[in-house]
Amino acid sequence: MPQMITTTLTVNGVQRTVTAHPDTPLLWVLRENFRMTGTKFGCGAGQCGACTVHVDGRSAFSCLLEIQHMAGKSVTTIEGLSPDSKHPLQRAWIAEQVPQCGYCQSGQIMRAAALLKDKRNPSRAEIVEHMKTNICRCGSYPRIVAAIQRAAKEV
Amino acid sequence: MKRMRDEGRGMRAPRAAGVRVTSHESRITANGGRRRFMLGAAGLTFGVAAGIPDFLRATGGAAAAQGTKSVAMNPWVTLYADGTVAIMSPACEMGQGSLTSLPRIVADEMDADWAKVKIVPAYPSGKLYGNPLFGGEQYTAGSATVTGYFNNLRQFGAQVRQVLLDSVADHWRVPTGELATIPGYVVHEKAGRRIGYGEIVGFAKIPANAPEVSVPPVATAQFRLVGQDTQRIDVPSKVNGTAQYSIDVQVPGMIYGAILREPMEGAAPERIDDSTARAIEGVIRIVPLQYGVGVLAETPWAAFKAKNALKVSWSRNAAGWGFSSAKGYEQFSAIAKDASQKGFPWDSKGDMAAAMAKAATIVEGEYRADYAYHAQMEPLNSVAAVSPAGDAAEVWAGTQSQTITVAAVAAALGIPEAKVKFNGMLLGGGFGRRGNRDVEFIVDSVLMSKAAGRPVKVIWTREDDVHNGRFRPLYVNRIRAGLDASGRIVAWQHRVVADEVLAFMDPVRHKLTKGVDGIAIRGTELPTYAIPDRMSEGLLQKTGMRTNPLRAIGVGQNSFANEVFVDELAARQGVDPVEFRRRLLDKTPLAQRARHVIDEAAKMADWDRKRPGRGLGIAYLDYSGTQVAGIAEVSVDRVSGAIKVHQFWCAIDCGVPVHPDNVIAQTESSIVYGLGLALSERITIEDGQVKQGNFYDYHVPRMSDVPEIHIKLIPTRNHPTGAGQMATPVVPSAISNAVYALTGVRLRQQPMLPDRVKVALAEAGSRAA
Repeated sequence: MPQMITTTLTVNGVQRTVTAHPDTPLLWVLRENFRMTGTKFGCGAGQCGACTVHVDGRSAFSCLLEIQHMAGKSVTTIEGLSPDSKHPLQRAWIAEQVPQCGYCQSGQIMRAAALLKDKRNPSRAEIVEHMKTNICRCGSYPRIVAAIQRAAKEV
Repeated sequence: MKRMRDEGRGMRAPRAAGVRVTSHESRITANGGRRRFMLGAAGLTFGVAAGIPDFLRATGGAAAAQGTKSVAMNPWVTLYADGTVAIMSPACEMGQGSLTSLPRIVADEMDADWAKVKIVPAYPSGKLYGNPLFGGEQYTAGSATVTGYFNNLRQFGAQVRQVLLDSVADHWRVPTGELATIPGYVVHEKAGRRIGYGEIVGFAKIPANAPEVSVPPVATAQFRLVGQDTQRIDVPSKVNGTAQYSIDVQVPGMIYGAILREPMEGAAPERIDDSTARAIEGVIRIVPLQYGVGVLAETPWAAFKAKNALKVSWSRNAAGWGFSSAKGYEQFSAIAKDASQKGFPWDSKGDMAAAMAKAATIVEGEYRADYAYHAQMEPLNSVAAVSPAGDAAEVWAGTQSQTITVAAVAAALGIPEAKVKFNGMLLGGGFGRRGNRDVEFIVDSVLMSKAAGRPVKVIWTREDDVHNGRFRPLYVNRIRAGLDASGRIVAWQHRVVADEVLAFMDPVRHKLTKGVDGIAIRGTELPTYAIPDRMSEGLLQKTGMRTNPLRAIGVGQNSFANEVFVDELAARQGVDPVEFRRRLLDKTPLAQRARHVIDEAAKMADWDRKRPGRGLGIAYLDYSGTQVAGIAEVSVDRVSGAIKVHQFWCAIDCGVPVHPDNVIAQTESSIVYGLGLALSERITIEDGQVKQGNFYDYHVPRMSDVPEIHIKLIPTRNHPTGAGQMATPVVPSAISNAVYALTGVRLRQQPMLPDRVKVALAEAGSRAA
């Protein structure tokens, strides 16, 4: 039985330390230890994207990242995307009234934010290709596309 | 994006008493008449902020908590001296938007300034906040929220306005008839003065009996907020991670629970080997339950690992052992064909048997659907804190019914309902999964907390959520149509064989309806088609499988059967499918609305235009009064059998759309949901157990699967009817009909999986050869 380990990582610009089992997914550390519950548990299998965060600037499924591999990494969650909830994507999400139940939307926004970092003006096809990792059971997809396109114009 | 409008409509004069609302009103009696709502209003404790999700504490809840001078006008509206108007919203919010749209109805009638309105989720009280369409229970389901509350909320809003007018008239010593309102103010035009609603708080006189006020009928009412777009109040919290679902709740001293549940209903744990599970660090205790084995642990991860390490053998006395989807189809199909087996009647008009006997030709068709899973994004979970003595509980949960939840928690502990404090959280999707009478996913945390003597958050994994799923049942539908010599449909018989739903998911309502299972059978009715002699009947089976309403309930399959069969009849007669439906429609006002949505959809899709390699199919539906027509444009990959939907057009008339943009959002949502049910979503049962486990083998639509969606909302001056799921059923039928138009092959089973399409194409090919 592996012993608990202590890991130090940066979350939203702040250094955090946690003691947990080595195979504990980052998702649960964020949610239950650090009490940042914006990142959601959806499938635990990298299938739905509800747990999407950025690790060293790239989008990742936090349900698949074991804490033992996170030492020294820099993680950004929905709570750290912008200081005032005014990221262009967040404003676009409101303008397009994207969320319904809203449960997947932190992950959707983090996934979209990674896209806009790489591509300032993604085509519709590029948006679909990039975003198909993330499930929205309410089917807000048409509005997600519209919101990304709206935000892209501002970035 | 639509403009957010909030236009005034000038001044409102006091209204004459005695105008009846609509015929719909006669159904709204559950709360014992409307006059009582003012009774005892002063005695209401508005310290109900306890039941408010955290994300709302900064709005309505905060105002209530801060002790600003206020007056409770009735159980729905509280005015604050600063002009804030707190309005209760009685429904659960699962993304459908009624948290926002219900208070809009009240605000409209009381002439409130929407910018000053704070929405407060109502605390559990079926008596005060129940939906008249659900026997006065607080139950958010059936797309029945706006339609069920609409008249009452208008009435309550109008009563508040009348009390404000009367109070000001008394205060200024002028006749009420000289006063009017503009949003947020009472105006005395003659004297050139006005007073803000907040200022009235100081002298408002709440009468013992509600004033006699009537609201104009919907056909002529001048709405100001109703029918205009606004921003949903829950949306800002859903873009920055602050929205609170029950899975996000943390309370002091809380630990975590996971449960290995019986593989089917009624199978109890017999032998439990928990040696590996107990050895996992962080595990506190293993808790044997009647229906499974629970794990208490310091972290969710330890709880999940321990649950997966449990080795349990199950009693063999459950009814479901040995059952399978394949056997179900075989049995159900035989029953559907066996005329000696009778079910309960549903859509009965005229004399079907006599008309069928006289028919020149009889046409038959059989349609099938697999079990389907809700797949709400938030795996089921709840948090409970049971008192050490076990005589009280506080619960945090996302449920579709506050009423059912409080009762189930009280029953699980054997305590009075008054000892249950319920905190209604946002739902990470509902789709019918969270309204079953036993709310087992909430009772889980209650039993685990009782065992632990501490607060417990029980989280189901996605695999638990699938394995413990309560599905849309397996269906075999058999339709017979009798045609006269000219090909006119003179008789219609629709037999539905499926697992029973209501008896399992809600024994209380099942008893009230005397065994008529509207969840399984709804959608067989054809209120707008001119078929004089018809009957549908439900022959529901006790298979031991767990079932539940699932978005679009029985309509999702029964309408699929109807509309594919109608398409087959059109094809037999060589009549265009749109034209065939138009001819089939009755001459009633409702059928006129049906004609309108069909015509609009056809116009949007440019129905007559041929497109190479693509097929178009139409489906129409009356869903509880809402008129919907959908047209799919598809192509088929003949090698893989995969259907691709390129475009989907939908016209919808749900009467007065209270929040039009939200109706459109719900329609987009229902279409995407219907797409998954149509093409890819299948639960398979083998030996009574669920074969699928997660999104890798239960495929829900992703962005890359979704067609371009075009929606035309047709506002009409009719009582608002449902909007939350109405387009879901027209998607599979429109797709099937489109595939026929393209290939000449009929697909009669949901989901239309590539393998099934391949087989159908091959069979058609060998028939042709």
